[in-house]
Amino acid sequence: MFMTKTILKNLLTKYATRLYPFQKREPFKHSKGELKIVMEKCILCGVCQMRCPSQCISVDKQAKTWKVDPFACVYCGVCVDACPVKCLYQESLYRTPLAEKDMVVHVQQPKEAAEPAAT
Amino acid sequence: MAKTVLPFGPQHPVLPEPLHLTLAIEDEIVKEAIPKLGYVHRGLEKLAEIRDHNQMIYIVERVCGICSCMHALCYCQGIEALMGLEVPERARYLRTIWSEMHRIHSHLLWLGLFADAFGFESLFMQFWRIRERVMDLQEETAGNRVILSVNQVGGVRRDITAESAQWILETLKLAEKELLQLKSTILDDTTVKLRTVGKGVLTKEKAYELGAAGPTLRASGVAQDMRQTGYAAYSELDFAPIVETDGDCYARTVVRFKEALQAIDLIRQCFAKIPQGELSVKPKGLPTGEVVSRVEQPRGEVLYYLRGSGKKFLERVRIRTPTFANIPPLLDMLPGCDLADVPVLILTIDPCISCTER
Repeated sequence: MFMTKTILKNLLTKYATRLYPFQKREPFKHSKGELKIVMEKCILCGVCQMRCPSQCISVDKQAKTWKVDPFACVYCGVCVDACPVKCLYQESLYRTPLAEKDMVVHVQQPKEAAEPAAT
Repeated sequence: MAKTVLPFGPQHPVLPEPLHLTLAIEDEIVKEAIPKLGYVHRGLEKLAEIRDHNQMIYIVERVCGICSCMHALCYCQGIEALMGLEVPERARYLRTIWSEMHRIHSHLLWLGLFADAFGFESLFMQFWRIRERVMDLQEETAGNRVILSVNQVGGVRRDITAESAQWILETLKLAEKELLQLKSTILDDTTVKLRTVGKGVLTKEKAYELGAAGPTLRASGVAQDMRQTGYAAYSELDFAPIVETDGDCYARTVVRFKEALQAIDLIRQCFAKIPQGELSVKPKGLPTGEVVSRVEQPRGEVLYYLRGSGKKFLERVRIRTPTFANIPPLLDMLPGCDLADVPVLILTIDPCISCTER
């Protein structure tokens, strides 16, 4: 008798879990996920590289590259807060799993072509 | 039967982390227990030499995978004391809210694991289902599920909007209701009581003498809680430590269950009192001098000793975590118990080995 109520309730309510690959939860809006950059805005100052606690970012001023090791990133968001031109942002989703390690490399295109047109 | 030596751990179904105990048993009764630690030592304190004091916040957060927010809070409070910073009032309340959320999810995790330790797996699922609600709150408000990274020197990095606050309160109301539904199962069930009542008794004197911390200490009747010192916003909240007097496994369960409910109440109080204002002050200068900072974690008191010499890098970071303090009481509880009760006894101190070894 004690169990009847519970059994009926369990039969009539939804699953407590999600049927994952078919049914996915919307990510939370303010969730800290994958680190992204808007390379056009970047001034290659290297503040993100200096502040990063896991040292996953490397900025090369000469080669105009911004690299991140997504496997070393700890999703703390310090670089996003520290960036003076706010060119970094975090997606609300994590990166999908990969079979091989890789680096994400962004190269800044030379601005000479764009600048005369703007002035 | 003659004395037999039995290794317990480091890999054992009941332990999520590696702890080794050498048990000397006689007729299935434990006579002696010798611990062996050091399987997950990572040398995080040493990292203070190559990471500056701001980066260290995110490293000390990773000392523990459960109470990360409190580690960062304790560290930041230490650095703020060294720099003479006054943290804005809103930041102090937000820190309290996130700390209490951590306490709820940690205690629910423990209650689930504890139920699993004596084979009550459906109860384990029930507790973890409620815990998931709190994890969602953390993910939405702080950005991450466990390692929140919200504390910084001088305040907090994120705000909780009025809209989020409403959602948090509603979710907590639901969680409280579900938690109270499980109360009779974990606290009044005969089979659960048979495994917990009168097992691993730690007297008040022994608990104090051996330096127990947190719920282990409070279950033995010592009303000591670091939150009484009034760090963050605790001085402005209506708070009294939860104390039980029996000192057995059951008392420790009761303390943790009540603390989870108390944490929900504390979050409500925080939202009722939280003022508007700044989230953070800009730190000036570099940490100089030495300080001891103490914070109450779900498992007990954590102590940070910090020494700075006016450089970017701290000279010394020393962390003493609650599990380290709770191992001597555990060794006192074990002799005389049944071999079958060893996993239950180990779990009642809520061991966090990666905290202990850092």
